[in-house]
Amino acid sequence: MSSSPRILEFDSVEKSFFGVKVLKAVTFDLRTGTAIGLVGENGAGKSTLMNILGGIHTPDAGYIRMEGEPYAPRNPQDAARAGVAFIHQELNLFSNLTIAENIFITTFPRVAGLPMIARKTVRERARSLLDQVGLSVNPNTRVESLSAGERQLVEIAKALSLDARIIIFDEPTSSLTALETDRLFELISTLRARGISMIYISHALSDVMKLCDDIVVLRDGEVVGKSRTAETSTAKLISLMVGRSIDQLYPERTGRPAAERALSVRNLSQPGIVRNIAFDLHDQEILGISGLMGSGRSELARILFGLDPFETGEVLLWGENLPKPSPRQCVRMGMAFLTENRREEGLCMEASIAENMALVSLPNFANRGGYWIDHGRLSKSLTALRGAVRLTRSARLSQAVRTLSGGNQQKVVLAKWLLNRPRVFILDEPTRGIDVGAKYEVYSLINKLASDGAAVLIISSEIEELIGMCDQILVMRNGEIADTIRRPDFDRERILRGALKQSHTTRTSPVETARHDPESR
Amino acid sequence: MVKRLIQSEYLVLLLSAVYFAALAPFTPGFASTGNLANILSSMLPLLVVAMGQTFVLIAGGIDLSVTSTIALASVVGASVATGDQGILSGNSLATPGGILAMLLVGATVGSFNGAAITRFRMPPFIVTLTTMIFVSGFAVWLTQSKSIFNLPTTFTILGSNVWVALPLVAVATLVMHFALSRTLLGHWIYAIGHNKNAAEISGVPVRRVLLFTYIASGLCAAAASILYTGRLESASPVMGRNILLDLIGATVIGGTSLYGGKGKILWTVYGVLFLALIDNSLNLLNLSYFTIMMAKGAVIVMAATIDSVRNKLLNS
Repeated sequence: MSSSPRILEFDSVEKSFFGVKVLKAVTFDLRTGTAIGLVGENGAGKSTLMNILGGIHTPDAGYIRMEGEPYAPRNPQDAARAGVAFIHQELNLFSNLTIAENIFITTFPRVAGLPMIARKTVRERARSLLDQVGLSVNPNTRVESLSAGERQLVEIAKALSLDARIIIFDEPTSSLTALETDRLFELISTLRARGISMIYISHALSDVMKLCDDIVVLRDGEVVGKSRTAETSTAKLISLMVGRSIDQLYPERTGRPAAERALSVRNLSQPGIVRNIAFDLHDQEILGISGLMGSGRSELARILFGLDPFETGEVLLWGENLPKPSPRQCVRMGMAFLTENRREEGLCMEASIAENMALVSLPNFANRGGYWIDHGRLSKSLTALRGAVRLTRSARLSQAVRTLSGGNQQKVVLAKWLLNRPRVFILDEPTRGIDVGAKYEVYSLINKLASDGAAVLIISSEIEELIGMCDQILVMRNGEIADTIRRPDFDRERILRGALKQSHTTRTSPVETARHDPESR
Repeated sequence: MVKRLIQSEYLVLLLSAVYFAALAPFTPGFASTGNLANILSSMLPLLVVAMGQTFVLIAGGIDLSVTSTIALASVVGASVATGDQGILSGNSLATPGGILAMLLVGATVGSFNGAAITRFRMPPFIVTLTTMIFVSGFAVWLTQSKSIFNLPTTFTILGSNVWVALPLVAVATLVMHFALSRTLLGHWIYAIGHNKNAAEISGVPVRRVLLFTYIASGLCAAAASILYTGRLESASPVMGRNILLDLIGATVIGGTSLYGGKGKILWTVYGVLFLALIDNSLNLLNLSYFTIMMAKGAVIVMAATIDSVRNKLLNS
């Protein structure tokens, strides 16, 4: 493989922002038709490097060469013309437009030079591009009705329509189901066989190991490791990324479940969402919920926290029946809910770290009846709290949350709940999109909560994470609990089997017919 | 230096001072004591409505109905208090009764807006726009488009004598300022403006707080109506119809965001001061109403430009 020519060479690329060097003499090559994995903690410089490649930033020093020629895009259009395509973590599609419109948004084929769109050509070309990525959906379908995985395929089709020679994937699997991930990986190998080169950025190291020919590790803006995938290991990569060796990914559990039931759910049902859910969550227990996206796991969490209604069944908090829970009541009774999307539901992105941390517990800092906030006492608590969640030292509490990395943002969400001293935690995807080092810190925090007496419910797509952390795992499928597994019996395959059984075979047909097709109106 | 100036939250106050200093030599009577009192008295009612609007805007809403609330409150209050066959005509309770009626009008319109927005999740723009149309029609229908005169002096003095109004408005400003910056309610208003979903999940009583902001805005409009009605010594069903631009303009010039989450009562004070200065100076220069509108439009665009430049600087 080393015989294939180099399509892209980074040569001593440097970049600073406000006097801080974020890239230091970055040098590596990408060979034609291969995939290179780019890994590193949040803030290691991956995004900056890719933004340089994509024409959003220009380097302060160093060169990039494409097929031996100097390559210096001044804007994203230059990069697209040179054949560089970017599949972003948060997909950049117009959800109100159709698949075909999205693919050709910048390059609509026209009728003989007239400013009119050649609809037929658009449809046919879209059809053939969708075939290439293996998406069997009408090109006139609106993107809003597609799943995250299907949207990604549309993005790839769009890249192909621009004759991309290099495709950059940024965290492509973070919102995909296991099945969609497999399909994506197949497609990536097909594209590689066609001579398209890839840069693959991900925190999911096992994916990187599976997909890539070479792996480059960035730390603090420097390349600290470059090797063939076959010659490295996940453990080696992690120790390169964090700059120290982490003996284990998950901290040792110190406590074990107590006998007291904190949260009990009895025959909980809501038509079309969940059916007959029953379980007990004990003090000091960490209970995991596994399942595919759409299996009802996040929906269950929303119901338990009073955000969505339920029709039948009971929810009991410390033995007290909550016939119609509301978030406010749940918060008051000592429950905490960390949602799966911290931007939309967890944080006020434009508000400061302090304001976000204080939000849940503000009433505790108001004087009786007068509602006057005691800012002195509040800021003392916040200072103590930032230490407890190990928020980065460089952050000021008055700084907007938006400016923090994903891991630190998640710590702010955790901090905001911790301040209220809750005793039942519902954590939906607590480590999504955060790097290895921060993950370990979040795990340690969760462990500490449990051993201090709290009951913790973790919902996660990462089976490894649940196996590493939990006392018991519930597997959900189609709104029901399909399997319950205790710690001694934890088994990756059994969990997957429970989550998958005949769930995806029936999926496409009913959805297909329900889809909104503007042409058929 | 320039950068720091643009980033300063006192920018609008400073601009007002510069504008005043620059125009004073060329504008006859601009700096006279009588004119300054004039500026102040035109500022006060606008400030009172604008403060209510600031609450609503920070929580991420908008209240377009305030102008019609001013009109309806004016005619309802006057028909209670007036000596011409008013409900409490000649009674010693005429003034308090009239004021109470006006505040009730404000609270009612505000509650309706708030209820429609929180219960039925309707967009604030549509709700308050339709309320505005309905209520202003109602005010005209109620009076058969006639003005009401012969109001008790105990009533009109509130708006016509700036030295009576000033301390009242000053106290109200302080109360609202501290309510927003120091209380639980104030923090909740900001949080809802930043992210309603996150606020709800964090246990903030989102509906109640939103309802409160619209009622506060209605009450402020009614209070402003007391000042306007007193100033004119008569009630009119079309009162306040031209102030919507000034109102939104002043709050936004002050720096309060139309997208919610950002704003301060003090900023609104500066914004109102700035607009009042412009209005007054252009009037003194004998410009026509339409020229003044053009000038104000231009100034508001300028302020909006400065605001987005400022945001860009603050974010970089």
